[in-house]
Amino acid sequence: MEFTSAEVFAQQVLNGLSNGMIIALIALGYTMVYGIIELINWAHGDLFMLGGFLALTILGALGLEEASGPMAVVAVLVILAASAGFCGTLNVLADRIAYRPLRRAPKVSLLVTAIGVSFIFVNLGLFWGGVPMEVFSGGIAAAAPKDFPALVPSRNLLGTDDGVGFTLRDLLVVVVTLPLMLGLWWLVARTRLGKAMRATAQNPTAARLMGIDVDRVIGSTFFLGGALAGFASVVYALYNNTIGFQMGYRAGMDAFTAAVLGGIGSLPGAVLGGLLIGLIRAMSDQYLEARWTNALVFAILILILVFRPSGLLGMKQREKV
Amino acid sequence: MRSAPSIRRPTCVLSMLLVTSPVVAQNQLKIVSSLPRTGSANAQTTTMVNGIRMAIDEVGGKVDGFEILYEDMDDASPQRGNWDPAVEGQNANKAAKDPLVVGYIGTFNSGAAKIAMPILNRAGCVMISPANTYPGLTKPGFGEKNEPKVYRPSGKVNYFRVVPTDDLQGVVAADWAKELGATKAFVLHDRELYGKGIADVFEKRAKEIGLAIVEVEGIDPKAANYRSLVTKIKATGADFVYFGGTTQNNAGQIAKDLRSGGVVAPLMVPDGCFEDAFIEAAGAANLNGKTYVTFGGLPADQLTGKGQVFRENYRAKYGTDPEAYAVYGYEAARVLLDAIDRAEAKDRASILAAVAATRDFQGALGTWSFDENGDTTNRTMSGQAVIDGKFVFQKVLGR
Repeated sequence: MEFTSAEVFAQQVLNGLSNGMIIALIALGYTMVYGIIELINWAHGDLFMLGGFLALTILGALGLEEASGPMAVVAVLVILAASAGFCGTLNVLADRIAYRPLRRAPKVSLLVTAIGVSFIFVNLGLFWGGVPMEVFSGGIAAAAPKDFPALVPSRNLLGTDDGVGFTLRDLLVVVVTLPLMLGLWWLVARTRLGKAMRATAQNPTAARLMGIDVDRVIGSTFFLGGALAGFASVVYALYNNTIGFQMGYRAGMDAFTAAVLGGIGSLPGAVLGGLLIGLIRAMSDQYLEARWTNALVFAILILILVFRPSGLLGMKQREKV
Repeated sequence: MRSAPSIRRPTCVLSMLLVTSPVVAQNQLKIVSSLPRTGSANAQTTTMVNGIRMAIDEVGGKVDGFEILYEDMDDASPQRGNWDPAVEGQNANKAAKDPLVVGYIGTFNSGAAKIAMPILNRAGCVMISPANTYPGLTKPGFGEKNEPKVYRPSGKVNYFRVVPTDDLQGVVAADWAKELGATKAFVLHDRELYGKGIADVFEKRAKEIGLAIVEVEGIDPKAANYRSLVTKIKATGADFVYFGGTTQNNAGQIAKDLRSGGVVAPLMVPDGCFEDAFIEAAGAANLNGKTYVTFGGLPADQLTGKGQVFRENYRAKYGTDPEAYAVYGYEAARVLLDAIDRAEAKDRASILAAVAATRDFQGALGTWSFDENGDTTNRTMSGQAVIDGKFVFQKVLGR
């Protein structure tokens, strides 16, 4: 059967949106942390990577690699919860140990510290890959990409193998990321904690004077951002079926670009940026050539920053005194 | 040779310098290897290093009264998880400066060889690669215009290899693809020297034999997935996919995305993916029965004569079967040891001359010689298919 050009276009939109939603989920963590303490958290992508390793370890330890049907659903829920909790906690720890002591230091010290934390995480991932478990192929090649069990089959929900494919995996991406994004929006816009976060972002000193426990609010922000990275890592692993200790670099880079594109500090901006990057990548692969894709993404980023320095949905930079 | 001071009697120089330190034993020579020991090539390079150690052990660690030291250097960095140009440069410089070093076994990746070759060439040190297959490293007219001259600043050939090159492997790959029923092939490559090189040869040969090439695309080897590219492949209706590249550059992810994206066309990959790590990364179910691998030599279980003896000894010594490249590590070390034995003076220049003069060498790969470019005259290649999660030998190619 022919794959018509309209179908190809539709398929590429789907590919782009699925990849874009995963990027957006990671970008939210970047943008939240930046919004509240103006830190570009370089370790965020690598935190995301560790979430994938935890998920794979749990599947291996519980013998759930081959799970299917209801057991697979249980397994997915377990690793989603575990990775989110783990990444959230680890992010809070990183804040406590590495970033909090530098709260009053120049921003550059904080940035350099984040790069250091990123190195620690990457090497932790490298070490983790060498754990002698079946799922890590016995740990003989620590740095090799790891095969992640295909708990979610790539069955096409639209019927045949020909034509446009919207698979169970694409559905998984939507089912996990959309509620998380809506929930986050609700949390920030409608709850007391959200209000405290917004207040801290606007002016930490004034927030403290109003009786807000600023350190606790920052800690919560780190937890939420980390948890989103944990969710993203499981979705990513189930979607791509591969994890590796270096995956955080590229994923983090894409997500960071998305956050800047959308306007760093803006939650809807991060989502928009992620989706746009996903779509641009898919369209470039199809209608240009794959080797131009990265160049195109960054060219668009530069253009947007030249004409709208605060990003698509970003606020005007407020001067901090 | 005026430009590169010859390093005769290296140990004398050293012992003069190191009067107070423990006396350096006389009559020592050193062989080093530079292979990616960190990263997914590790399993492959471990068996290559085992092969080198076996060759040295077989001569009792001594050649013509000289004790042979060996150092296993890593040219990969954890940050890249793959060979690193900076580390390869360091290794080559370290070897060039060490007066004991008379032979450099490496590299694994053709791109890494580009960096080490001129450094060792200036130092007049012989370099034997067990795995580089990019033709431009040795053969004029196959790569860039300035190749291979640019790697030989001294004008002399100091680089040799014991594997057949990609201009041979790419040709037999295209021939085999056609034989397997391909009519329209989509060619992918990882944009590296090796991967793009072999993909170019495949494309050229395919056109010659009437196998249509619908498109050639260079992939991003660090991408999370290749869904969009797979959609593009599907849209062209290609009935065969060729990927020029290595396991380290995401061959496994390509195989996964082809299958989950509903592409049923077979996938063919070159020897850069001929390792168990490829099957592990891709997942056996995505490869079984529809994946073909060419290799510029014979797999270990097809070796005969001395090669078979090597395999049996290897298994007895290390308890596992050697990976495909182990025998090439072994052969590289053996031909080097043989040259050291034949060399009049045990210095770099004489040993280099002895390696270059290797003719009708009775090795584990059969009887072969080095030609004037430094290439092996051995041209036996093979085709494998992945069946039940294992590479299964299909046929001898390109005889």
